[in-house]
Amino acid sequence: MFESVLVANRGEIAVRVIGTCQRLGVKAVAVHSEADAGALHVRVADESVLLGPAPAAESYLDIGRVLEAAQVTGVQAIHPGYGFLAENAEFARRVTDAGLVWVGPAPEAIEAMGDKVAARAAMAAAGVPVAPGTDPLPDADAAAAAAARIGYPVMVKAAAGGGGIGMAAVDDEPALRTAYETARTRAERFFGSPAVFLERYLPHARHVEVQVLGLTDGRVLALGERDCSVQRRHQKVAEETPSPGVTPALRERMFAAARRAALAVDYRGAGTVECLVPADGSGEFFFLEMNTRLQVEHPVTELVTGIDLVEEQLRVAAGDPPALDPDRLPEPHGHAIELRIYAEDPKRFLPGPGKITRWEQPSGEGIRVDAGYAAGDTVTPYYDPLLAKLCVWGADRPAALERARAAVAGFVVEGPKCNLPLFAELLQQPEFVSGSYDTGLIDRMRR
Amino acid sequence: MADEIRAEMVANVWKVVAATGDRVDDGDTLVILESMKMEIPVLAESSGVVAEIAVNEGDVVQEGDLIARVE
Repeated sequence: MFESVLVANRGEIAVRVIGTCQRLGVKAVAVHSEADAGALHVRVADESVLLGPAPAAESYLDIGRVLEAAQVTGVQAIHPGYGFLAENAEFARRVTDAGLVWVGPAPEAIEAMGDKVAARAAMAAAGVPVAPGTDPLPDADAAAAAAARIGYPVMVKAAAGGGGIGMAAVDDEPALRTAYETARTRAERFFGSPAVFLERYLPHARHVEVQVLGLTDGRVLALGERDCSVQRRHQKVAEETPSPGVTPALRERMFAAARRAALAVDYRGAGTVECLVPADGSGEFFFLEMNTRLQVEHPVTELVTGIDLVEEQLRVAAGDPPALDPDRLPEPHGHAIELRIYAEDPKRFLPGPGKITRWEQPSGEGIRVDAGYAAGDTVTPYYDPLLAKLCVWGADRPAALERARAAVAGFVVEGPKCNLPLFAELLQQPEFVSGSYDTGLIDRMRR
Repeated sequence: MADEIRAEMVANVWKVVAATGDRVDDGDTLVILESMKMEIPVLAESSGVVAEIAVNEGDVVQEGDLIARVE
Protein backbone atom coordinates (compact mmCIF):
# COMPACT_ATOMS: atom_id res chain seq x y z
CA MET A 1 0.00 0.00 0.00
CA PHE A 2 1.02 3.58 -0.57
CA GLU A 3 2.43 5.77 2.19
CA SER A 4 0.71 8.90 0.88
CA VAL A 5 -1.98 9.79 -1.66
CA LEU A 6 -3.08 13.14 -3.07
CA VAL A 7 -6.84 13.49 -3.49
CA ALA A 8 -7.45 15.73 -6.51
CA ASN A 9 -10.98 16.74 -5.65
CA ARG A 10 -13.16 18.65 -3.20
CA GLY A 11 -16.41 18.31 -1.25
CA GLU A 12 -17.90 15.08 -0.02
CA ILE A 13 -15.93 12.75 -2.30
CA ALA A 14 -12.58 14.20 -1.19
CA VAL A 15 -13.64 13.78 2.45
CA ARG A 16 -14.77 10.21 1.76
CA VAL A 17 -11.55 9.17 -0.04
CA ILE A 18 -9.41 10.80 2.65
CA GLY A 19 -11.35 8.78 5.25
CA THR A 20 -10.38 5.44 3.71
CA CYS A 21 -6.77 6.56 3.21
CA GLN A 22 -6.47 7.42 6.88
CA ARG A 23 -8.16 4.17 7.98
CA LEU A 24 -5.50 2.31 5.97
CA GLY A 25 -2.69 4.38 7.51
CA VAL A 26 -2.08 6.25 4.26
CA LYS A 27 -1.25 9.95 4.58
CA ALA A 28 -3.89 11.97 2.71
CA VAL A 29 -3.02 15.23 0.97
CA ALA A 30 -5.85 17.58 -0.03
CA VAL A 31 -5.77 20.25 -2.71
CA HIS A 32 -8.02 23.28 -2.75
CA SER A 33 -8.93 26.53 -4.42
CA GLU A 34 -8.82 29.90 -2.67
CA ALA A 35 -12.59 29.63 -2.18
CA ASP A 36 -12.15 26.27 -0.41
CA ALA A 37 -9.27 27.30 1.89
CA GLY A 38 -11.22 26.36 5.02
CA ALA A 39 -13.35 23.60 3.47
CA LEU A 40 -14.10 20.33 5.25
CA HIS A 41 -11.90 18.24 2.93
CA VAL A 42 -8.97 20.52 3.80
CA ARG A 43 -9.71 20.30 7.52
CA VAL A 44 -9.76 16.49 7.59
CA ALA A 45 -6.65 16.01 5.40
CA ASP A 46 -3.18 15.40 6.85
CA GLU A 47 -1.76 18.13 4.63
CA SER A 48 -3.17 20.51 2.03
CA VAL A 49 -1.94 22.54 -0.91
CA LEU A 50 -3.49 25.65 -2.47
CA LEU A 51 -3.97 25.23 -6.22
CA GLY A 52 -5.24 28.64 -7.31
CA PRO A 53 -8.27 30.91 -7.63
CA ALA A 54 -11.88 29.77 -7.21
CA PRO A 55 -12.80 28.98 -10.85
CA ALA A 56 -12.21 25.25 -11.40
CA ALA A 57 -10.23 25.89 -14.59
CA GLU A 58 -7.62 27.73 -12.51
CA SER A 59 -7.57 25.24 -9.64
CA TYR A 60 -9.11 21.74 -9.64
CA LEU A 61 -8.87 21.40 -13.44
CA ASP A 62 -5.34 22.77 -13.71
CA ILE A 63 -3.24 19.66 -14.38
CA GLY A 64 0.08 21.47 -13.97
CA ARG A 65 -0.83 22.80 -10.56
CA VAL A 66 -2.17 19.48 -9.31
CA LEU A 67 1.03 17.71 -10.40
CA GLU A 68 3.12 20.43 -8.77
CA ALA A 69 1.20 19.88 -5.51
CA ALA A 70 1.95 16.16 -5.77
CA GLN A 71 5.67 16.77 -6.31
CA VAL A 72 5.91 19.31 -3.48
CA THR A 73 4.25 16.96 -0.99
CA GLY A 74 6.06 13.85 -2.26
CA VAL A 75 2.96 11.67 -2.57
CA GLN A 76 3.13 8.33 -4.36
CA ALA A 77 -0.29 8.30 -5.98
CA ILE A 78 -3.20 10.51 -7.06
CA HIS A 79 -6.86 9.63 -6.51
CA PRO A 80 -9.09 11.79 -8.74
CA GLY A 81 -12.51 11.18 -7.13
CA TYR A 82 -15.26 11.82 -9.71
CA GLY A 83 -15.80 14.84 -11.96
CA PHE A 84 -13.00 17.39 -12.52
CA LEU A 85 -10.00 15.43 -13.91
CA ALA A 86 -11.27 11.92 -13.07
CA GLU A 87 -12.00 10.99 -16.70
CA ASN A 88 -9.25 13.04 -18.28
CA ALA A 89 -6.89 10.64 -20.08
CA GLU A 90 -4.23 13.33 -20.52
CA PHE A 91 -4.16 13.85 -16.77
CA ALA A 92 -3.87 10.10 -16.16
CA ARG A 93 -0.93 9.99 -18.60
CA ARG A 94 0.83 12.96 -17.06
CA VAL A 95 0.42 11.51 -13.56
CA THR A 96 2.16 8.35 -14.73
CA ASP A 97 4.79 10.29 -16.68
CA ALA A 98 5.58 12.21 -13.49
CA GLY A 99 6.47 8.90 -11.84
CA LEU A 100 3.29 8.73 -9.78
CA VAL A 101 0.60 6.09 -9.60
CA TRP A 102 -2.78 6.92 -11.12
CA VAL A 103 -5.64 5.46 -9.07
CA GLY A 104 -7.84 4.56 -11.99
CA PRO A 105 -7.92 2.67 -15.28
CA ALA A 106 -5.32 3.10 -18.02
CA PRO A 107 -5.66 6.27 -20.14
CA GLU A 108 -6.52 4.07 -23.14
CA ALA A 109 -9.58 2.71 -21.28
CA ILE A 110 -10.65 6.24 -20.32
CA GLU A 111 -10.35 7.33 -23.96
CA ALA A 112 -12.17 4.29 -25.30
CA MET A 113 -15.17 5.07 -23.09
CA GLY A 114 -14.90 8.89 -23.15
CA ASP A 115 -16.03 9.17 -26.75
CA LYS A 116 -19.62 7.99 -26.41
CA VAL A 117 -19.98 7.17 -30.12
CA ALA A 118 -16.79 5.11 -30.27
CA ALA A 119 -17.77 3.42 -27.00
CA ARG A 120 -21.15 2.40 -28.44
CA ALA A 121 -19.38 0.79 -31.39
CA ALA A 122 -16.83 -0.98 -29.18
CA MET A 123 -19.56 -2.30 -26.90
CA ALA A 124 -21.67 -3.57 -29.80
CA ALA A 125 -18.56 -5.38 -31.07
CA ALA A 126 -18.06 -6.91 -27.60
CA GLY A 127 -21.60 -8.28 -27.62
CA VAL A 128 -23.09 -5.68 -25.27
CA PRO A 129 -26.54 -4.47 -26.43
CA VAL A 130 -26.71 -0.78 -27.47
CA ALA A 131 -29.78 1.32 -28.36
CA PRO A 132 -30.18 2.38 -32.02
CA GLY A 133 -28.17 5.56 -32.59
CA THR A 134 -26.01 7.62 -34.93
CA ASP A 135 -22.48 8.85 -35.49
CA PRO A 136 -21.77 12.54 -34.69
CA LEU A 137 -23.95 14.74 -36.89
CA PRO A 138 -22.44 17.78 -38.66
CA ASP A 139 -25.55 19.99 -38.69
CA ALA A 140 -29.23 20.25 -37.79
CA ASP A 141 -30.32 19.00 -41.23
CA ALA A 142 -28.30 15.83 -40.82
CA ALA A 143 -29.75 15.42 -37.33
CA ALA A 144 -33.30 15.82 -38.68
CA ALA A 145 -32.67 13.22 -41.39
CA ALA A 146 -31.16 10.79 -38.88
CA ALA A 147 -34.02 11.27 -36.42
CA ALA A 148 -36.55 10.54 -39.16
CA ARG A 149 -34.69 7.27 -39.79
CA ILE A 150 -34.44 6.19 -36.10
CA GLY A 151 -37.97 7.37 -35.26
CA TYR A 152 -39.05 9.88 -32.59
CA PRO A 153 -38.67 10.35 -29.69
CA VAL A 154 -34.88 10.65 -29.84
CA MET A 155 -32.28 11.71 -27.30
CA VAL A 156 -29.76 14.39 -28.29
CA LYS A 157 -26.38 13.78 -26.64
CA ALA A 158 -22.87 15.20 -26.57
CA ALA A 159 -20.33 12.63 -27.81
CA ALA A 160 -17.77 13.80 -25.24
CA GLY A 161 -20.44 14.45 -22.64
CA GLY A 162 -21.52 13.43 -19.19
CA GLY A 163 -23.58 14.65 -16.28
CA GLY A 164 -26.65 15.15 -18.46
CA ILE A 165 -25.19 18.37 -19.87
CA GLY A 166 -26.63 19.19 -23.29
CA MET A 167 -28.90 16.13 -23.23
CA ALA A 168 -32.50 16.50 -24.34
CA ALA A 169 -35.30 14.15 -25.36
CA VAL A 170 -37.34 15.49 -28.27
CA ASP A 171 -40.61 14.43 -29.92
CA ASP A 172 -40.50 16.26 -33.25
CA GLU A 173 -38.27 18.02 -35.77
CA PRO A 174 -38.61 21.65 -34.55
CA ALA A 175 -37.70 20.59 -31.01
CA LEU A 176 -34.86 18.49 -32.39
CA ARG A 177 -33.35 21.42 -34.29
CA THR A 178 -33.42 23.63 -31.19
CA ALA A 179 -32.01 20.86 -28.98
CA TYR A 180 -29.28 20.10 -31.51
CA GLU A 181 -28.00 23.69 -31.48
CA THR A 182 -28.21 23.93 -27.67
CA ALA A 183 -26.36 20.65 -27.26
CA ARG A 184 -23.57 21.77 -29.62
CA THR A 185 -23.08 25.03 -27.72
CA ARG A 186 -23.04 23.32 -24.33
CA ALA A 187 -20.85 20.45 -25.48
CA GLU A 188 -18.30 22.88 -26.89
CA ARG A 189 -18.35 24.90 -23.69
CA PHE A 190 -18.28 22.09 -21.14
CA PHE A 191 -16.37 19.37 -22.96
CA GLY A 192 -14.34 21.26 -25.55
CA SER A 193 -15.92 19.28 -28.41
CA PRO A 194 -19.18 20.19 -30.17
CA ALA A 195 -19.82 16.65 -31.48
CA VAL A 196 -23.46 15.67 -30.99
CA PHE A 197 -25.20 12.39 -31.80
CA LEU A 198 -28.68 10.89 -31.47
CA GLU A 199 -29.91 7.79 -29.74
CA ARG A 200 -33.39 6.26 -29.67
CA TYR A 201 -35.14 7.56 -26.55
CA LEU A 202 -36.96 5.09 -24.36
CA PRO A 203 -39.66 7.13 -22.60
CA HIS A 204 -40.47 4.46 -20.02
CA ALA A 205 -37.20 3.06 -18.84
CA ARG A 206 -35.13 2.62 -15.75
CA HIS A 207 -31.54 3.69 -15.48
CA VAL A 208 -29.67 0.75 -13.97
CA GLU A 209 -25.91 0.50 -13.67
CA VAL A 210 -23.48 -2.24 -12.71
CA GLN A 211 -20.49 -1.68 -10.44
CA VAL A 212 -17.43 -3.47 -11.77
CA LEU A 213 -13.94 -3.92 -10.38
CA GLY A 214 -11.03 -4.84 -12.65
CA LEU A 215 -8.31 -6.68 -10.74
CA THR A 216 -4.56 -6.54 -11.36
CA ASP A 217 -4.67 -10.04 -12.91
CA GLY A 218 -7.15 -8.83 -15.55
CA ARG A 219 -10.25 -10.43 -14.05
CA VAL A 220 -13.37 -8.27 -13.86
CA LEU A 221 -15.89 -8.65 -11.04
CA ALA A 222 -19.50 -7.39 -11.06
CA LEU A 223 -20.29 -6.19 -7.53
CA GLY A 224 -23.97 -5.32 -7.83
CA GLU A 225 -26.37 -3.03 -9.62
CA ARG A 226 -27.78 0.36 -8.67
CA ASP A 227 -31.08 1.84 -9.82
CA CYS A 228 -30.59 5.52 -10.66
CA SER A 229 -33.96 6.30 -12.25
CA VAL A 230 -34.85 9.18 -9.92
CA GLN A 231 -33.48 12.08 -11.97
CA ARG A 232 -34.02 15.75 -12.62
CA ARG A 233 -32.44 17.36 -15.72
CA HIS A 234 -31.06 13.90 -16.59
CA GLN A 235 -29.02 14.03 -13.38
CA LYS A 236 -29.51 11.55 -10.58
CA VAL A 237 -30.96 12.61 -7.22
CA ALA A 238 -31.64 9.25 -5.55
CA GLU A 239 -30.29 5.74 -6.07
CA GLU A 240 -30.95 2.34 -4.59
CA THR A 241 -29.76 -1.23 -4.62
CA PRO A 242 -30.99 -3.80 -5.43
CA SER A 243 -33.05 -2.33 -8.28
CA PRO A 244 -36.77 -3.00 -7.78
CA GLY A 245 -37.04 -3.35 -11.57
CA VAL A 246 -34.43 -6.04 -12.15
CA THR A 247 -35.25 -9.76 -11.94
CA PRO A 248 -32.56 -12.27 -10.96
CA ALA A 249 -32.36 -13.49 -14.57
CA LEU A 250 -31.95 -9.96 -15.95
CA ARG A 251 -29.37 -9.16 -13.25
CA GLU A 252 -27.30 -12.14 -14.30
CA ARG A 253 -27.34 -11.06 -17.97
CA MET A 254 -26.53 -7.44 -17.08
CA PHE A 255 -23.60 -8.51 -14.89
CA ALA A 256 -22.23 -10.69 -17.70
CA ALA A 257 -22.56 -7.80 -20.19
CA ALA A 258 -20.90 -5.36 -17.79
CA ARG A 259 -17.96 -7.73 -17.35
CA ARG A 260 -17.66 -8.07 -21.14
CA ALA A 261 -17.74 -4.27 -21.47
CA ALA A 262 -14.92 -3.82 -18.97
CA LEU A 263 -12.87 -6.72 -20.36
CA ALA A 264 -13.13 -5.20 -23.85
CA VAL A 265 -11.12 -2.18 -22.66
CA ASP A 266 -8.82 -4.14 -20.31
CA TYR A 267 -10.29 -2.31 -17.35
CA ARG A 268 -8.51 -1.94 -13.98
CA GLY A 269 -10.02 -0.55 -10.79
CA ALA A 270 -13.58 0.56 -10.06
CA GLY A 271 -15.90 1.48 -12.91
CA THR A 272 -19.58 1.58 -13.70
CA VAL A 273 -21.47 0.33 -16.73
CA GLU A 274 -24.68 2.33 -17.18
CA CYS A 275 -27.67 0.80 -18.96
CA LEU A 276 -31.26 1.64 -19.80
CA VAL A 277 -33.82 -1.01 -18.95
CA PRO A 278 -37.20 -0.59 -20.70
CA ALA A 279 -39.96 -0.70 -18.08
CA ASP A 280 -42.10 -3.00 -20.26
CA GLY A 281 -40.86 -6.16 -18.59
CA SER A 282 -39.30 -7.36 -21.85
CA GLY A 283 -36.07 -8.17 -20.07
CA GLU A 284 -34.12 -6.05 -22.57
CA PHE A 285 -31.37 -3.62 -21.62
CA PHE A 286 -29.14 -1.23 -23.56
CA PHE A 287 -25.62 0.03 -22.84
CA LEU A 288 -25.53 3.80 -22.26
CA GLU A 289 -21.95 4.52 -21.22
CA MET A 290 -19.19 3.43 -18.90
CA ASN A 291 -17.97 5.76 -16.19
CA THR A 292 -14.27 5.08 -15.77
CA ARG A 293 -14.01 6.18 -12.15
CA LEU A 294 -15.63 5.91 -8.75
CA GLN A 295 -19.33 6.73 -9.02
CA VAL A 296 -21.11 9.30 -6.82
CA GLU A 297 -23.61 6.67 -5.65
CA HIS A 298 -21.04 3.96 -4.83
CA PRO A 299 -22.00 3.96 -1.10
CA VAL A 300 -25.23 1.99 -1.66
CA THR A 301 -23.16 -0.88 -3.05
CA GLU A 302 -20.84 -0.63 -0.06
CA LEU A 303 -23.76 -0.72 2.37
CA VAL A 304 -25.18 -4.02 1.03
CA THR A 305 -21.83 -5.76 0.39
CA GLY A 306 -19.55 -4.47 3.14
CA ILE A 307 -16.91 -3.71 0.47
CA ASP A 308 -14.94 -0.44 0.68
CA LEU A 309 -14.65 0.45 -3.01
CA VAL A 310 -12.03 3.14 -2.38
CA GLU A 311 -9.85 0.62 -0.56
CA GLU A 312 -10.20 -1.79 -3.49
CA GLN A 313 -9.27 1.02 -5.91
CA LEU A 314 -6.16 1.82 -3.89
CA ARG A 315 -5.21 -1.87 -3.64
CA VAL A 316 -5.54 -2.43 -7.39
CA ALA A 317 -3.50 0.72 -8.08
CA ALA A 318 -0.82 -0.34 -5.60
CA GLY A 319 -0.65 -3.84 -7.05
CA ASP A 320 -1.84 -5.37 -3.78
CA PRO A 321 -4.31 -8.27 -3.64
CA PRO A 322 -7.93 -7.19 -3.15
CA ALA A 323 -9.43 -7.10 0.36
CA LEU A 324 -12.44 -9.01 -0.96
CA ASP A 325 -12.24 -12.65 -2.05
CA PRO A 326 -12.75 -12.66 -5.86
CA ASP A 327 -13.83 -16.29 -5.78
CA ARG A 328 -16.41 -15.79 -3.05
CA LEU A 329 -18.10 -12.44 -3.57
CA PRO A 330 -20.35 -11.35 -0.72
CA GLU A 331 -24.07 -11.98 -1.25
CA PRO A 332 -25.75 -8.56 -1.14
CA HIS A 333 -27.46 -8.17 2.20
CA GLY A 334 -30.54 -5.98 2.68
CA HIS A 335 -31.42 -2.81 0.80
CA ALA A 336 -29.73 0.60 0.55
CA ILE A 337 -30.93 4.01 -0.65
CA GLU A 338 -28.92 7.17 -1.32
CA LEU A 339 -30.43 10.65 -1.40
CA ARG A 340 -28.35 13.48 -2.84
CA ILE A 341 -28.73 16.55 -0.67
CA TYR A 342 -28.26 19.49 -3.03
CA ALA A 343 -28.12 23.24 -2.41
CA GLU A 344 -31.12 23.79 -4.66
CA ASP A 345 -34.80 24.49 -4.15
CA PRO A 346 -37.08 21.42 -4.06
CA LYS A 347 -39.57 22.70 -6.66
CA ARG A 348 -37.68 24.04 -9.66
CA PHE A 349 -34.26 22.67 -8.68
CA LEU A 350 -32.50 26.01 -9.06
CA PRO A 351 -29.25 26.22 -7.08
CA GLY A 352 -28.81 28.62 -4.19
CA PRO A 353 -25.45 28.96 -2.47
CA GLY A 354 -24.97 30.61 0.92
CA LYS A 355 -23.48 30.31 4.38
CA ILE A 356 -24.67 27.27 6.33
CA THR A 357 -26.12 28.63 9.56
CA ARG A 358 -27.46 25.30 10.79
CA TRP A 359 -26.46 21.74 9.89
CA GLU A 360 -27.78 18.77 11.83
CA GLN A 361 -27.31 15.39 10.23
CA PRO A 362 -28.95 12.15 11.28
CA SER A 363 -26.89 9.29 12.65
CA GLY A 364 -27.41 5.82 14.04
CA GLU A 365 -27.82 2.25 12.90
CA GLY A 366 -28.09 1.89 9.13
CA ILE A 367 -27.38 5.55 8.45
CA ARG A 368 -24.34 6.92 6.65
CA VAL A 369 -23.86 10.55 5.71
CA ASP A 370 -21.06 11.46 3.30
CA ALA A 371 -20.89 15.22 3.73
CA GLY A 372 -18.70 17.89 2.18
CA TYR A 373 -19.85 20.64 4.53
CA ALA A 374 -20.60 21.38 8.17
CA ALA A 375 -22.25 24.23 10.08
CA GLY A 376 -20.45 27.53 9.49
CA ASP A 377 -19.17 26.54 6.02
CA THR A 378 -20.13 28.59 2.99
CA VAL A 379 -21.49 27.00 -0.16
CA THR A 380 -20.04 29.05 -3.05
CA PRO A 381 -21.43 29.34 -6.59
CA TYR A 382 -18.27 27.93 -8.20
CA TYR A 383 -18.86 24.19 -7.92
CA ASP A 384 -21.66 21.68 -8.18
CA PRO A 385 -24.44 21.90 -5.58
CA LEU A 386 -23.97 18.50 -3.86
CA LEU A 387 -23.79 19.10 -0.10
CA ALA A 388 -23.98 15.56 1.19
CA LYS A 389 -25.24 12.07 0.43
CA LEU A 390 -27.68 10.62 2.92
CA CYS A 391 -27.41 6.84 2.67
CA VAL A 392 -29.57 4.39 4.58
CA TRP A 393 -29.55 0.63 4.91
CA GLY A 394 -32.46 -1.60 5.92
CA ALA A 395 -33.00 -5.36 6.13
CA ASP A 396 -35.41 -5.00 3.20
CA ARG A 397 -36.79 -2.19 1.00
CA PRO A 398 -39.72 -1.21 3.27
CA ALA A 399 -37.33 -1.02 6.24
CA ALA A 400 -34.89 1.12 4.25
CA LEU A 401 -37.72 3.44 3.17
CA GLU A 402 -38.91 3.82 6.75
CA ARG A 403 -35.40 4.58 7.96
CA ALA A 404 -34.91 7.07 5.12
CA ARG A 405 -38.10 8.93 6.06
CA ALA A 406 -36.93 9.31 9.66
CA ALA A 407 -33.43 10.33 8.54
CA VAL A 408 -34.76 13.00 6.16
CA ALA A 409 -37.00 14.35 8.93
CA GLY A 410 -33.95 14.57 11.19
CA PHE A 411 -31.70 16.32 8.65
CA VAL A 412 -31.64 20.11 9.04
CA VAL A 413 -29.81 22.44 6.67
CA GLU A 414 -30.33 26.18 6.94
CA GLY A 415 -28.68 28.96 4.96
CA PRO A 416 -28.36 27.82 1.36
CA LYS A 417 -31.32 26.47 -0.56
CA CYS A 418 -31.82 22.77 0.09
CA ASN A 419 -33.78 19.99 -1.64
CA LEU A 420 -34.54 17.96 1.52
CA PRO A 421 -38.32 18.56 1.14
CA LEU A 422 -38.18 16.78 -2.23
CA PHE A 423 -37.09 13.61 -0.45
CA ALA A 424 -39.81 13.82 2.21
CA GLU A 425 -42.22 13.89 -0.73
CA LEU A 426 -40.43 11.22 -2.77
CA LEU A 427 -40.39 8.74 0.11
CA GLN A 428 -44.21 8.94 0.28
CA GLN A 429 -44.76 9.01 -3.49
CA PRO A 430 -46.76 5.89 -4.51
CA GLU A 431 -44.67 5.03 -7.60
CA PHE A 432 -41.44 5.32 -5.64
CA VAL A 433 -42.81 3.45 -2.62
CA SER A 434 -44.05 0.61 -4.84
CA GLY A 435 -40.76 0.54 -6.76
CA SER A 436 -42.53 0.75 -10.14
CA TYR A 437 -41.04 4.15 -11.08
CA ASP A 438 -38.97 5.05 -14.16
CA THR A 439 -36.77 7.99 -15.22
CA GLY A 440 -39.85 10.21 -15.75
CA LEU A 441 -40.79 10.11 -12.05
CA ILE A 442 -39.61 13.57 -10.96
CA ASP A 443 -41.08 15.24 -14.05
CA ARG A 444 -44.43 13.67 -13.24
CA MET A 445 -44.16 14.84 -9.61
CA ARG A 446 -43.48 18.41 -10.77
CA ARG A 447 -45.91 18.61 -13.71
CA MET B 1 -45.11 50.33 -16.12
CA ALA B 2 -41.65 48.79 -15.74
CA ASP B 3 -40.86 45.23 -14.66
CA GLU B 4 -37.71 44.95 -12.59
CA ILE B 5 -36.09 41.55 -12.97
CA ARG B 6 -33.80 40.60 -10.13
CA ALA B 7 -31.37 37.75 -9.50
CA GLU B 8 -32.81 34.85 -7.53
CA MET B 9 -29.39 33.67 -6.35
CA VAL B 10 -25.69 34.40 -6.27
CA ALA B 11 -24.44 33.71 -9.78
CA ASN B 12 -22.04 34.69 -12.53
CA VAL B 13 -23.40 36.41 -15.61
CA TRP B 14 -22.53 34.04 -18.45
CA LYS B 15 -24.31 35.64 -21.42
CA VAL B 16 -26.26 38.81 -22.02
CA VAL B 17 -28.79 37.81 -24.67
CA ALA B 18 -31.03 40.89 -24.99
CA ALA B 19 -29.97 44.52 -25.50
CA THR B 20 -31.47 47.81 -24.42
CA GLY B 21 -34.21 48.76 -26.86
CA ASP B 22 -35.06 45.15 -27.84
CA ARG B 23 -38.72 44.24 -28.02
CA VAL B 24 -39.31 41.08 -25.94
CA ASP B 25 -42.23 38.78 -25.17
CA ASP B 26 -43.15 37.21 -21.87
CA GLY B 27 -40.76 34.27 -21.37
CA ASP B 28 -37.98 35.49 -23.67
CA THR B 29 -34.44 35.02 -22.37
CA LEU B 30 -32.75 38.27 -21.34
CA VAL B 31 -29.60 37.04 -19.66
CA ILE B 32 -28.12 33.64 -18.85
CA LEU B 33 -26.63 33.26 -15.39
CA GLU B 34 -24.40 30.48 -14.23
CA SER B 35 -24.29 29.10 -10.74
CA MET B 36 -23.04 25.75 -9.48
CA LYS B 37 -22.33 24.34 -12.94
CA MET B 38 -25.84 25.19 -14.13
CA GLU B 39 -27.04 27.68 -16.71
CA ILE B 40 -30.00 29.64 -15.43
CA PRO B 41 -31.92 31.71 -18.00
CA VAL B 42 -33.38 34.96 -16.71
CA LEU B 43 -36.67 35.50 -18.53
CA ALA B 44 -38.84 38.51 -19.31
CA GLU B 45 -41.94 38.42 -17.14
CA SER B 46 -44.04 40.51 -19.50
CA SER B 47 -43.99 41.77 -23.09
CA GLY B 48 -42.36 45.13 -23.73
CA VAL B 49 -39.16 46.90 -24.52
CA VAL B 50 -35.90 46.34 -22.65
CA ALA B 51 -35.25 49.64 -20.86
CA GLU B 52 -32.05 48.54 -19.16
CA ILE B 53 -29.70 45.59 -18.87
CA ALA B 54 -27.96 46.20 -15.56
CA VAL B 55 -25.26 43.53 -15.81
CA ASN B 56 -22.32 42.65 -18.04
CA GLU B 57 -20.95 39.26 -18.98
CA GLY B 58 -18.56 38.09 -16.28
CA ASP B 59 -20.24 40.05 -13.48
CA VAL B 60 -21.08 38.35 -10.20
CA VAL B 61 -24.63 39.11 -9.04
CA GLN B 62 -26.00 38.73 -5.52
CA GLU B 63 -29.51 37.57 -4.68
CA GLY B 64 -31.86 40.52 -5.27
CA ASP B 65 -29.55 42.45 -7.60
CA LEU B 66 -31.22 44.16 -10.54
CA ILE B 67 -30.61 42.34 -13.81
CA ALA B 68 -32.91 44.13 -16.25
CA ARG B 69 -35.91 46.40 -16.60
CA VAL B 70 -38.62 45.78 -19.18
CA GLU B 71 -41.16 48.55 -19.93
